[in-house]
Amino acid sequence: MSSDRPHPLARLETLALIAIGGFAGANLRFFTLGVVPDVVAITAVNAVGSLLLGLLVYEARITGIVGRRARLVFTTGFLSSLTTYSGFAFQTAIAGDPRALLAIVAANYALGFAGVLAGRALARRLGGERA
Amino acid sequence: MSLSTLALLAFDPEPAHLVGTGGALGALARHWVYSHLSSERFPVATLLVNVVGSFVFALVAFGGASESALQFVGVGACGAFTTFSTFSVDTVQLWERGDRRLAVVNAVGNLVAALAGVGLAWALVGTV
Repeated sequence: MSSDRPHPLARLETLALIAIGGFAGANLRFFTLGVVPDVVAITAVNAVGSLLLGLLVYEARITGIVGRRARLVFTTGFLSSLTTYSGFAFQTAIAGDPRALLAIVAANYALGFAGVLAGRALARRLGGERA
Repeated sequence: MSLSTLALLAFDPEPAHLVGTGGALGALARHWVYSHLSSERFPVATLLVNVVGSFVFALVAFGGASESALQFVGVGACGAFTTFSTFSVDTVQLWERGDRRLAVVNAVGNLVAALAGVGLAWALVGTV
């Protein structure tokens, strides 16, 4: 990625795309936090974000329909900012009892990994339909 | 609307602007870390941002910061700097390429190190 140095202005565009994605992703997470309880909100955005990132990452390998700029906005910008590890770790740390702690970790990890696998399956289907 | 009300508004930004601006800065900082620290063998960049971001998030949360500071630094910057989706994809990819032990190390390592970061923050500034 860093082997061929892009033009400085091209890098500026990259940064702008990431910043826009980050602004929107963080805001959607904030909005979700205002709608449902915090633990549910973080678990939900982490699951949905993992599914969509899984879809985009495997789609890139299989079909590559999505262009570089759109990919950058969504992956590094939007989805990585929508999902969060710090909020999850903090909720886990302040969980009242060991059962609540285990439930938060299990829900985030299980749904996050399952989301990636679902995204991968979707990407393969997309690839299969094109082939 | 009086002048003093306008002045107050100027110093009381919209929560969405704070979270969004923090989120943009957090995403850029994460991108900077990834461009300087990428490893094919183990997703060390993700581990680093998640641990550092969790530590700073807890510093702000335990340190009795204002609502605005919590929204800007905590929910916005640290929330966007750390990432769960990339962590999930990293872990699944380690597993499917046969590095199952590394996948487990990554999954457990992120959690233990991030919780240690939260614990350290509590030890430093915790009052509750």
